[in-house]
Amino acid sequence: MYLVDTYQAVQKVPTRNGFGEALVDLGGKNKDVVVLCCDLTESTRAQGFKDKYLDRFFEVGVAEQNLAGIAAGLALWGKTPFICSYGVFSPGRNWDQIRVSICYSQANVKIAGAHTGVTVGPDGATHQALEDVACMRVLPNMTVIVPCDTVETKKATIAAAQIRGPVYLRFGRDKMAVVTTEDTPFVVGKAQVFREGSDAVVVASGPLVYEALLAAQQLEKEGLSICVVNCSTIKPLDEQTLVEVARKTGCVVTAEEHQVLGGLGGAVTEVLSQHCPVPIERIGMPDRFGESGESAELMKAFGMSAENIIKSIRSVIQKKKTRTCLMNVQNPAEHFYLPDGRQLKNLVELVIALETMDDLAYSKHVTSDKNDFASWIEHVLKNHSLADQVRSAPDKKEMAQLILEKING
Amino acid sequence: MKIDVPKLQAIANQIRQDIIAMLLEAGSGHSAGPLGMADVFTALYFHILNHDPKNPKWQDRDRLVLSNGHICPLWYAALANAGYFPREELKTLRKFGTRLQGHPHNLATPGVENSGGPLGQGLSQAIGMALGAVLDKKRSHIYCVMSDGEHDEGQTWEAILFAGKNKLHNLTAIMDRNNIQIDGFTEDIMPLEPIRAKYEAFNWHVLEVDGHNIQQIIDACNEAKAIFEKPTMIICHTIPGKGVDFMENQYEWHGKPPNKEEARIALHELRTLGGKIRGEHE
Repeated sequence: MYLVDTYQAVQKVPTRNGFGEALVDLGGKNKDVVVLCCDLTESTRAQGFKDKYLDRFFEVGVAEQNLAGIAAGLALWGKTPFICSYGVFSPGRNWDQIRVSICYSQANVKIAGAHTGVTVGPDGATHQALEDVACMRVLPNMTVIVPCDTVETKKATIAAAQIRGPVYLRFGRDKMAVVTTEDTPFVVGKAQVFREGSDAVVVASGPLVYEALLAAQQLEKEGLSICVVNCSTIKPLDEQTLVEVARKTGCVVTAEEHQVLGGLGGAVTEVLSQHCPVPIERIGMPDRFGESGESAELMKAFGMSAENIIKSIRSVIQKKKTRTCLMNVQNPAEHFYLPDGRQLKNLVELVIALETMDDLAYSKHVTSDKNDFASWIEHVLKNHSLADQVRSAPDKKEMAQLILEKING
Repeated sequence: MKIDVPKLQAIANQIRQDIIAMLLEAGSGHSAGPLGMADVFTALYFHILNHDPKNPKWQDRDRLVLSNGHICPLWYAALANAGYFPREELKTLRKFGTRLQGHPHNLATPGVENSGGPLGQGLSQAIGMALGAVLDKKRSHIYCVMSDGEHDEGQTWEAILFAGKNKLHNLTAIMDRNNIQIDGFTEDIMPLEPIRAKYEAFNWHVLEVDGHNIQQIIDACNEAKAIFEKPTMIICHTIPGKGVDFMENQYEWHGKPPNKEEARIALHELRTLGGKIRGEHE
């Protein structure tokens, strides 16, 4: 994956900047792109477009419902409108207009919600949009994108213009670490694995992607292999990638700058509970309002920093272990069958079997080419790290010892 | 184009009969509003609008946006009579699988320009279309039919402000001033008067007509097109339930359909002299 080389010395730029640059690009390439704004032209970064394409820029005043409605009309005429305001106002104050005039009508409107999350900082709770992803995600026909940095925001904005239909794009106010480059792939609807790993996966969006990368880097020093997925498209969710990484790692942490209810964490949980039920911990705003403060201190105070991610990763790995160790395989076809007729359905039974097994029986299952016990742990119990350890055990005694240690945590 | 008022009145009568039949068949829906605006819709679809029922998506067409979507039985009846789809289809109103949804949906019905129902959204949509026409230098004129009751909505006033500021000369709003809303008379629920002065204060050109006088409606629309510095509001004074004696001016009829007996009486009135509308020109 083409990411910046080191996460420590990254550049920091607000995501809205990428939006502003993309609007100017789009304005030059597509004469049907129009921009509407509610008295926040400079801070939503619509100013560049206004300066260059004044005839296609509309100042609506402080009137977000009218903003959404006019954009719907322009889209029904054939234009591609981008509407710009703060997330708390749009989609915060015009949800029904977005629902009926835009989504139900399949109007080709792009909603840009700026200044979202607690990183808005000193303005306080009223201006910190933390519910916008949830309320946009439930609308049929809507695409929801939360870019992780300014470079990705630019790509997402340009991609949004190519989608026929409503799109919600979410930005922040504060400077955010730039982790992607021009070469980082971006496809709407595709979650990108930013870092491979097998012990746990962090599925993150927005500024939490950077925090997740820091957390993974930190844990690598302790020998933990953490996968990091940038899930910038919240809808449609990349179910395939999410199920793959959940299956591979066996436990998931979601991380977002949004309420823990209904956002990325909710979306991921909905999918995995159905297709790959594994332990999940969700990081986000803990069902409360924010308050005034500096961006970084608020992220820390409300539990949305790399440290919190590390804590959740440890916790979710522990849950996975406990679950694996206590798990009984339900399906008899997936039980482990020994030559003497015994049938194993959990790790405790495997330890007892190893301790009472003679060398001949053991050598039928473990050769230089194969290790049936490790394969069973990997494919049936879905515990890849234990499978790897079992594979490298020199004899049955140590193998039993190793599994026992795992059971005892 | 010569205005054949008697012919238009006959069409309006047919549309009213269709509305009664549709509502009876559907078993739910609004009666008073559709009947009250039948003359306005007839004037629009059979004289004023530049449109092509065989090519509903023709880019240069005039557009009619319906803001108070609940009077859509009238919209559907007008569109069917104009040739957008077969009149037999009107009987499917509100039934599962129909193209004629309980409130209008642009993707469902040929000729329906917008989705609407939640009040106050139409004028904004119409403004968007008017801006699109200006940007593309098209001569399409955009009409927005609104109720009086939906002037309680804040969005309506946001839109009125915007249209005035932008001098949208290709936008004509038409208000169904029938003085009723669900809970009672508009002036009791939330007084709107002086509504004309309000629009004028927001930099609109305002006209007032008898909403059942087709000649006046057409003249007002022509004047609106001739005004180049302002959007125009045509306040149409209408009688809710117009054409059916027991429905006229009764706000109880805002949100309910007739039963079988009531429909029979209503149709009889509309088909005979009781329905003076036909009688006057026969």
